[in-house]
Amino acid sequence: MRFSLGKWLLPLYTALALILLLIPIAYTFIFSFNDYFKTNIGWQGFTFHNWTNVCDAQGLCSAFGNSLIIGVTSTLAATALGTALALALARYKFRGRGIVSLLIFIPMATPEVVLGAGLAAQFFTLNVEKGMGTVILAHTLFCLSFVVVTVKARVSSLDPALEEAGRDLYASPAQVFWRITFPLLIPGILSAALLSFALSFDDFIITYFNSGSMQTFPTFIYISASRGVPAEANVIASTVFILTLAVVVTSQVITRARAKALKN
Amino acid sequence: MALAGFANTSSRRTSAPMRRSRVAILLLLPGLAYLGLFFLAPLVSLVITSFEAPNPESFDIGSYVYSFQWQNYVAGVAEYWPIFLRSFVFAIIATVAALIIGYPIAYFIGVFLRGRASLQAFTLILVVAPFFISFLLRTLAWKQILGDDGWLVTTLKSLSIMPADGHITGTAFSVIFGLTYNFIPFMVLPIYASLERLDLRYLEASSDLYARPTTTFLKVTLPLSMPGVVSGTLLTFIPASGDYINASDDFLGGPSTQMVGNQIQANFLKLLDYPMAAVLSVVLMVIIMGVVTFYVRRSGTEDLV
Amino acid sequence: MAQASFADQGADLELSGIRKEFPGFLAIEDLDLVVPAGSFFALLGPSGCGKTTTLRIVAGLEPPTRGRVLIGGNDVTHLKAYRRPVNTVFQSYALFPHLSVLQNVAFGLKRRHISGADSDAHEALRLVELDHVADRKPQQLSGGQQQRVALARAIVNRPSLLLLDEPLGALDLKLRRQMQLELKKIQSQVGLTFVHVTHDQEEAMTMADTVAVMNHGRIEQLGAPADLYELPKTAFVADFLGQSNLFRGTVSSASARSVVVDVAGQSLTVPANRSVRDHGDLTIGVRPEKSQMHAGSAQHPADHNVIEGGRVAEVSYSGVSTQYTVQFPSLGRVVVFQQNADSGGPVAAGTQVSVSWPIESTFGLHDHRTIDVTAAANDAQEG
Ligand SMILES: Nc1ncnc2c1ncn2[C@@H]1O[C@H](COP(=O)(O)OP(=O)(O)OP(=O)(O)O)[C@@H](O)[C@H]1O
Ligand SMILES: [Mg+2]
Repeated sequence: MRFSLGKWLLPLYTALALILLLIPIAYTFIFSFNDYFKTNIGWQGFTFHNWTNVCDAQGLCSAFGNSLIIGVTSTLAATALGTALALALARYKFRGRGIVSLLIFIPMATPEVVLGAGLAAQFFTLNVEKGMGTVILAHTLFCLSFVVVTVKARVSSLDPALEEAGRDLYASPAQVFWRITFPLLIPGILSAALLSFALSFDDFIITYFNSGSMQTFPTFIYISASRGVPAEANVIASTVFILTLAVVVTSQVITRARAKALKN
Repeated sequence: MALAGFANTSSRRTSAPMRRSRVAILLLLPGLAYLGLFFLAPLVSLVITSFEAPNPESFDIGSYVYSFQWQNYVAGVAEYWPIFLRSFVFAIIATVAALIIGYPIAYFIGVFLRGRASLQAFTLILVVAPFFISFLLRTLAWKQILGDDGWLVTTLKSLSIMPADGHITGTAFSVIFGLTYNFIPFMVLPIYASLERLDLRYLEASSDLYARPTTTFLKVTLPLSMPGVVSGTLLTFIPASGDYINASDDFLGGPSTQMVGNQIQANFLKLLDYPMAAVLSVVLMVIIMGVVTFYVRRSGTEDLV
Repeated sequence: MAQASFADQGADLELSGIRKEFPGFLAIEDLDLVVPAGSFFALLGPSGCGKTTTLRIVAGLEPPTRGRVLIGGNDVTHLKAYRRPVNTVFQSYALFPHLSVLQNVAFGLKRRHISGADSDAHEALRLVELDHVADRKPQQLSGGQQQRVALARAIVNRPSLLLLDEPLGALDLKLRRQMQLELKKIQSQVGLTFVHVTHDQEEAMTMADTVAVMNHGRIEQLGAPADLYELPKTAFVADFLGQSNLFRGTVSSASARSVVVDVAGQSLTVPANRSVRDHGDLTIGVRPEKSQMHAGSAQHPADHNVIEGGRVAEVSYSGVSTQYTVQFPSLGRVVVFQQNADSGGPVAAGTQVSVSWPIESTFGLHDHRTIDVTAAANDAQEG
């Protein structure tokens, strides 16, 4: 009796909230099929043309390609640097730990405009030409802190006895790391890398301050927003959405199947 | 997922014996050098820029020299304080709204669906689904849905619920709506992460000790999920207060809804008034750091940092 | 290198003057210990007394603040863990979750580049009767199976010294008894030196050749299980191993053969060779099963200690025997176990009784407080 109110109210509330969350996704997907003429606003009729001729929209595909290159490069850099920092923070004693943790936390607490403007001011002072390079440097920076936090949580939850057992079984410190610690950290490092790619791929604010004339997928949308975004952009966004969802769902199913297999 | 790590840091303590080693220095050096070069140095150059004055020997727009022009700050605050105020009011309202919408979702997934793992996973995926589609396109979709030509406004007008010259887009409401919408997943994930670890026996113990459901929630559930609430509100408030997409003319905002982010962007990229953009950035950063420090202290979750 | 000393025979272990300080906490103070080669040695003590810390120091996982560790006569104090001829069965097993059972067992051999690692690993798994699960992951095993894999993973390396940190703690009683027998069997088969940590006194007494009782970071007493039980040296040991009735008093007279102690007006005698000292304050004790209870006034043999004027406060009947708690106005509570073989049935609560026991069953102890430095110094002077 006590929970009878919650029994239907809470699921209903959640369902409504989820529908609200999903409306723009549905909208974007539906309008990728819009047979638009100049602006992709208002329903004009159904067509597959946008899907079959994605690169017709000028600059769209190269912007998308740039986003992929930037995402992959900055993810690799941020994951390498961040994993090293996380290991040092979780496993070693050193002076100034507090300051190091703070230095890693503050970028996450800094609004993106400030990060973007700061980097842009720096590049301006140093006379560095803006372009893909500056964007990669910027993305690596803001992904770094997220990688550290994610990997550090994983390192801290590792049972220290496992590494000790390695030492007890004649593994040198390097062998302990590569044969025990690292393999056990891989899931954490992978999820940090995925997060970092997602952050980079979808970033607009920092990118816009530092990209110069180079365009990424988000800056392409921003610039075309005043004129009307071509439906081909919806096609790309929908494809990315479907692919990501497929990856997430598959990995969930695999983890679950494996957990089940372990139980039997 | 990964954001859950954010909430994790608060409650877990590493139990591993710490070692002292040169290896630590090797591990730290590249990352710290990177943070120094591309985080600290830019902050410093932002501060330096904020004290610059127009170059007297050049007529080019965007040419400035350093001259400890502290008056920049006076001018910046005098001109822009209403916009700062608006930014923080919008961000606070959006954060509270996201908490009100997000907490029940997190509770539903973490507590109500406990034990039904596939359903939990499915709902969680729906919550993070917006992440997988471009932030800008999501916001543009709302602009179209809520726009003057959209069916919502047309319907409301034909029913005379809305005056004929009324708008939704371009108002404070639509900007706050956009901010709330875009950051709900940031709110839900950390709260879910801490509720998911909540031992349901605490709730049973509480009701066993004569607490009514509301009392149980206020005295047991809420305090135990506090680390998640703190991370969630910070993850929402910080980006919301510096956001300039939702408030920009091309998206959900209008001339009367400009936030600090829009002004920083305009000064930096359009007016080429670098010192003013820097002044606004520094002030924004200082205020946010102050708020975060105060909030983290007050809520007793300092080890979050 | 130490690896060269790996042998089919166990080596002896010697700890001398080991001290371990954690920041703000003294975990071990001045520990001396010799474990003979090939023996089954049990380290017994209450939670937090420093057992795990001692093992970690021996394994090289924790450096001692002071003191030396010798294995087979070699000083290994400064040798890294992975160079010591020592293996540990961890309290939580610490099986590597990403490796199969076989890979876990072969891990140590592979690190030392020993040829035929896999066949040795299979053999070790056969020894613990788990060869059929060699390809599984540790999570797919039951608790008892995991424990045996941990044991195989350590034994396969033929370490001179095997350290077991409460390896049976997580098992249910039945499996625990079974594993105790198995461990003992394996130890006699492989002939290694086992150092087994436990806080289960029954486990320690049934398995070990030698038991050391540890308390507050030091060894209180060390010896064969029967010796420890029959003649405890400290109040802590008398209480921790089984149960004891303890009385605190002052020595009133002493001869070469016996020491007489005045306890709240009653004279109690302890043989001189069973007492740790013969002057000053002395705690004496006796096991409850060595004591007898008599209703009313009875004749007592001369070689018995007798205390009179008690009242039966509690009676608890447990089939084979009955446990009585007798309250004495001056001495407090005394526990007596009485076999139910004698006729007559249990004595009712409230009955006036006296309690007696043979003088040769009495022991004279250091008690908690007097085992400090001054007492030890006094003893040394007299010795
Ligand atoms: N890394 C450490 N830092 C500080 N104190 C410690 C540390 N490790 C152990 N201690 C303290 O040292 C004492 C001995 O610990 P130890 O783990 O050796 O106990 P134990 O006898 O194995 O207990 P148990 O039977 O519960 O396993 C404890 O009081 C413990 O709190
Ligand atoms: Mg222990």
